[in-house]
Amino acid sequence: MRSVSIIGIACTKFGERWDVSLRDMIAEAGVMAIEDAKITGDQIEALFVGNMSGGRFVEQEHIGALIADCAGLSRLHIPSTRVEAACASGGLALRQGVLAVASGYHDIVIAAGVEKMTDVSSGTAADALASAADREWECFFGATFPALYAMMAKLHMRRFGTTHDQMAQVAVKNHHHACFNPVAQYHMEIAIEDVDKSPMVADPLHVLDCSPISDGAAAVVLVPTETAKRFADTPIRIVASAQASDTLALHDRRDLTTLDATVHAARQAFAQAKIEPRQVDVAEVHDCFTIAEILAIEDLGFVEKGQGGPATEEGMTALGSELPINTSGGLKACGHPVGATGIKQAYEIALQLRGEAGRRQVDEAEIGLIHNVGGSGGTALVHILSR
Amino acid sequence: MTTHAPRFWRCIPQRYNLKGTHCTSCDEYFFPPRNICPNCRRGAELEEYAFKGTGTIVTFTTIYSATEDFERMTPYNLAIIKLDEGPRVTGQIIHSSEGVKIGMRVRPVFRILGKEGERGIIYYGTKFAPLPKLTLQECKEKKSTNGNG
Amino acid sequence: MASGIVSYGVYIPRYRIRVDEIARVWGDGNEVSESLRVFEKSVPDLDEDAVTIAVEAARNALQRCGANPDRIGAIYVGSESHPYAVKPTGTIVGEAICTSSDFTAADFEFACKAGTAAVQACLGLVTSQLIDLGLAIGADVSQGAPGDMLEYTAAAGGAAYLIGREDLAAEIEAFYSFTTDTPDFWRREGMPYPEHGGRFTGEPAYFKHVVSAAKGLMKKIGTGPKDYDYAVFHQPNGKFPVRVAKMLGFSTKQIEPGLVVPMIGNTYSGSCLIGLAATLDVAKPGDRIFVTSFGSGAGSDAFSITVKEKIDEIRCAAPSVRDYIGDAEYLDYAMYAKHKGKLKV
Repeated sequence: MRSVSIIGIACTKFGERWDVSLRDMIAEAGVMAIEDAKITGDQIEALFVGNMSGGRFVEQEHIGALIADCAGLSRLHIPSTRVEAACASGGLALRQGVLAVASGYHDIVIAAGVEKMTDVSSGTAADALASAADREWECFFGATFPALYAMMAKLHMRRFGTTHDQMAQVAVKNHHHACFNPVAQYHMEIAIEDVDKSPMVADPLHVLDCSPISDGAAAVVLVPTETAKRFADTPIRIVASAQASDTLALHDRRDLTTLDATVHAARQAFAQAKIEPRQVDVAEVHDCFTIAEILAIEDLGFVEKGQGGPATEEGMTALGSELPINTSGGLKACGHPVGATGIKQAYEIALQLRGEAGRRQVDEAEIGLIHNVGGSGGTALVHILSR
Repeated sequence: MTTHAPRFWRCIPQRYNLKGTHCTSCDEYFFPPRNICPNCRRGAELEEYAFKGTGTIVTFTTIYSATEDFERMTPYNLAIIKLDEGPRVTGQIIHSSEGVKIGMRVRPVFRILGKEGERGIIYYGTKFAPLPKLTLQECKEKKSTNGNG
Repeated sequence: MASGIVSYGVYIPRYRIRVDEIARVWGDGNEVSESLRVFEKSVPDLDEDAVTIAVEAARNALQRCGANPDRIGAIYVGSESHPYAVKPTGTIVGEAICTSSDFTAADFEFACKAGTAAVQACLGLVTSQLIDLGLAIGADVSQGAPGDMLEYTAAAGGAAYLIGREDLAAEIEAFYSFTTDTPDFWRREGMPYPEHGGRFTGEPAYFKHVVSAAKGLMKKIGTGPKDYDYAVFHQPNGKFPVRVAKMLGFSTKQIEPGLVVPMIGNTYSGSCLIGLAATLDVAKPGDRIFVTSFGSGAGSDAFSITVKEKIDEIRCAAPSVRDYIGDAEYLDYAMYAKHKGKLKV
């Protein structure tokens, strides 16, 4: 198995993009990635794309063929594969791309992600997102996606004393970070009081505890590390790629305040990279809700179980601190076009490791981690990148 | 008009009466029913089992913003309940004077789960209510001592 | 061959609205509750209907006596608010109480006496030994048009009776029915609310049929009001049953335990059957109960019942009518309208 590196990255603006379609965005991201990698289209050997629900959002399946076509590559007849793991579709596409290159099967692949969520009503979008949960045994009884994380939050608050203010601080921090990210959906600062005053969605989660509905696409170009220097001045090596699954329904998990899939994927990733969590300089974690970031930093091993709230409150995860988390703004403030998020996370960390993150640069970042979760924890992907 | 009647019908024993399975090899209970025991896999002896429906609330939330199908019902309480036999389920807790608390004991009640619009079928099934303060057996004993005393 | 009630179960939703609150909205003043002798009525939850009420009542009936549901050979549910015009309530009840598939079912409608008609049908099948146990249910989430007099009393509730030949909690020695074509109260197919003939619903309808059926039964079996400890008459309001009892020679004391309408309103197909259940909740072995229902359209079913020893054994195993009456949460008119689906979305 050979080592894999990223030589090109791209990310479209995330947000409510009335002016562009799913096809427009994937083409945009693809072209930007190829230009960034300084390659030409006919060098690409395979495409992997993460997309959760083209069918529910724009009534389009067969996304693999679609993106090859939109990218102008249909006449090259290369393999093009769409992968789906709900909100982890992007991370999954990255892993599939890594496996394809690491195995020696392909020498240049693109891993991309795209989601167009705003062409349907918010009610339909909410229902499409709910299919990441257990339709028959959670949604049928009235569970919504925020409700599942709300129940995790309530129990976490009861067991560990986590407060809503600590959760709100995640949103405050991520909004602050996003102000320095040109592609982020939101460029506004918020305060804890704003989170408290926003309408309640599912107790204790308010509107501002929840990531938004967004459109967007992102793409990265992957090659074997041994050839990377031919293309890029600062190729970014993928030193670990791990994936884990768990029960679909939240109620079937071993422990309702831990995402075992994250724990397992993280352990495997750190073992592959032969590093400890404390050696990570910057990370993009899956903050679909504020509580999710708190759970993530615990389950990834950055802090002890139950300490995610206090650590956030103390500022450990803010820009300029010990371990900046979600410098892109995270899912909360950068936006969460579901299938694109995992690839955007790779884009952000690659930017950080290249030293090209501008005003949100983490000084001398050498090792970065990305963490992408599907549903309420049925799938988790962890990748570790290094300079 | 779209109907999901066959998908609902297939689960009626589970929706109305919490019918699951029990692995006699490892003594674990499963709801919804599993045909393959995750512990014993092919070595399993599985039998049908009807859950009593009583359990304890592990965690819950109050939903204010719901999907289209449940909009009319907000705010409503959703909980994860650990059934007495072991498995956990997700279910609504009906309104009562006792409210909802972690650790509260509950029992099953028969309610409308949803409807397919005005013209489709009605989905019936199980929600949960607080267990009465006095169990009926205690009530029986109380009444008979009052009667004889 | 003796046959009768093996067990009974009721269910009354816990929400209530005070009659004075409805009167406040329509500008009818505080005298309404006094003139009707109904002070509050039951209101179903947003996720309750005649089916869920029928199921809870049936489950209570089975829980009370511990009978095996496999023995049930017929399920008849009477209601004027079956949620489906086509697709019976009875099959859903059967599935929910875990019967086998070896039973017959059909839904009944006869305004407020659909439940007692279901009891008669079960008695027929049971007494003739064609089936072992029959389940007869009367359940409703009746509707009154906003602003109409009926809105003050149209309530929600139901009762289920397990009819059999053995282990009787109460024997039904005889019944008699009086039926004519009298259009006093009706609802056309597709219409949301019923219509009624105002004062026409009194003497030519309620009183004529209840009195005829009651007198007819007493003549048939040679009994009089003094032979009974209790009586239950259909309760559209708190005044009619009191008046008809007096007309027939029954005392207010006899009808008192079964008179639940002042506290829960008129539960239509559930009305007489809930009144009977409230009486069974307190009656002693050997007590005799006289029951006469009334259904608009019109007809009355009269029953002569003798309570048996078995009742003391089984009574406590399920909630009583008073248990349900006591568990109440009050709504204002706006919430009540939302619960009853009077607000069109």
